[in-house]
Amino acid sequence: MDVMVELKQIGVIYHTLEGEIEAVKDVSFSVEKGEFISIIGPSGCGKSTILSLISGLIKPSRGTVNVNGKIGYMLQKDYLFEWRTIYKNVIIGLEVQHMINSETEKRILKLMENYGLIDFKDFYPRQLSGGMRQRAALIRTLAIDPDILLLDEPFSSLDYQTKLLISDEIWSIIKKEGKTAILVTHDIAEAISMSDKIIVLSKRPAVVKNIYKIELTCEERTPIKCRRAPEFREYFNSIWKELEVHV
Amino acid sequence: MYNGSQKINYSQEHLKFLKKVQRERLIIRICQISILIIFLLLWEWAANLRLIDPFITSQPSRILKTLALLYREGILFKHTMVTVIETVIGFLSGTLLGILIAIIFWWSDFIYRISEPYLVVLNSLPKIALGPILIVWIGNGQPAIIVMALVISIIVTILTILTGFMEVDEDKIKLLKTFGATKFQILTKVVLPSGIPSIISALKINIGLSWVGVIVGEFLVAREGLGYLIIYGGQVFKLDLVMTSIIILSIIAYLMYIAVLYIEKYIVKWN
Repeated sequence: MDVMVELKQIGVIYHTLEGEIEAVKDVSFSVEKGEFISIIGPSGCGKSTILSLISGLIKPSRGTVNVNGKIGYMLQKDYLFEWRTIYKNVIIGLEVQHMINSETEKRILKLMENYGLIDFKDFYPRQLSGGMRQRAALIRTLAIDPDILLLDEPFSSLDYQTKLLISDEIWSIIKKEGKTAILVTHDIAEAISMSDKIIVLSKRPAVVKNIYKIELTCEERTPIKCRRAPEFREYFNSIWKELEVHV
Repeated sequence: MYNGSQKINYSQEHLKFLKKVQRERLIIRICQISILIIFLLLWEWAANLRLIDPFITSQPSRILKTLALLYREGILFKHTMVTVIETVIGFLSGTLLGILIAIIFWWSDFIYRISEPYLVVLNSLPKIALGPILIVWIGNGQPAIIVMALVISIIVTILTILTGFMEVDEDKIKLLKTFGATKFQILTKVVLPSGIPSIISALKINIGLSWVGVIVGEFLVAREGLGYLIIYGGQVFKLDLVMTSIIILSIIAYLMYIAVLYIEKYIVKWN
């Protein structure tokens, strides 16, 4: 299997006038093609820092990051630009990368059609519900045709029911498009239900505490259905303990 | 909600509510107009009865006569246009230059931090004090008046717009960075569009300040324009002329403000 992302003994130090903060101490892991992995850990442990490293927004103080493919980043909120229509929002990545042509436009319209946004193409973001906005944000990320999706708690601003439904939907979209995904979350159940692998981080400065390979027995592998798998509770309990000890 | 194309059948209660809101609006408008009319009538009446001296306070009928006279002599249009053109040029150049400088400061934090103390001093300086210097440097004419309007408005413009630029959500910028956006793309795709509300509030402040600049400039240069009519009227004790000019001034200033509101509505259509 192709390794899409590889982190080797990463360390990150933030500098402020008050002093230096060691955010990440020693993190190594790799992600293979088509895998869905989650990074979980107590808040402020440097989870988002790791996504910033992978996307190249920041450089590590130590260690190496290898990325083999194009990155798509999905942030905590949708951050749709209120002065642009949904369509204009969705193509902003292509616009920035000067990739707008009839072919990419067609592909985007296809994506919007597949995921139920085509009728809202010329609406402004404030006219859409939270779930639809999140879907628009995902299509904006998919529009540039990334190989690796970085998801930074993308469901945390939604209410519980919408969150379950949208995470199910987005998971299916990611699987259908054959993308590799790295999800950062502090929601244990969300991580178990969506991932093939879970990386548990310690509190700051982050080190990898444990890596769980998730194998759930359920008829249909979708996040909502797999919440009922018998192994679900066991994973939940052991990850819960792992996190609790270090709070 | 009434959405233009679609009509919805409302309940009786809602219709009542709408009617109430409409009636309140009407009452407010009637009160506003009545106050103006009563004030004008009182003024006229008090002057006719010599309760006040119309030589000093003027009176509505005299103002109308002056207006007609100025119109017949062809002076009204000429002086008004001079002032309006000066204000518009001062206003536009102050706004554009202000936006440009705000962009430079946003672009380079280094330049901004160096300039900051100077901006603070210039902001607190009463710019009118520069009037005589401007006339000596630029000459006793229209350019000096326009520069006066510009000098008065530009610092506030820079500060207002820059604050708007700085308040742009960092995560919106991060979003563009994840797509690999250049600084110029960040400027044109996020910072400028989300700075539009602050640019518009700068326009609203500017329009008033440009008028101040132009009128003070015309006081000093004293050749033509409404400011000149006011200062001239004051010197020769023609208070009718002063009052007439002030009234024309307030009407035009109001119209310009309305124009800015109209522009706002047109640009900020996503709300």
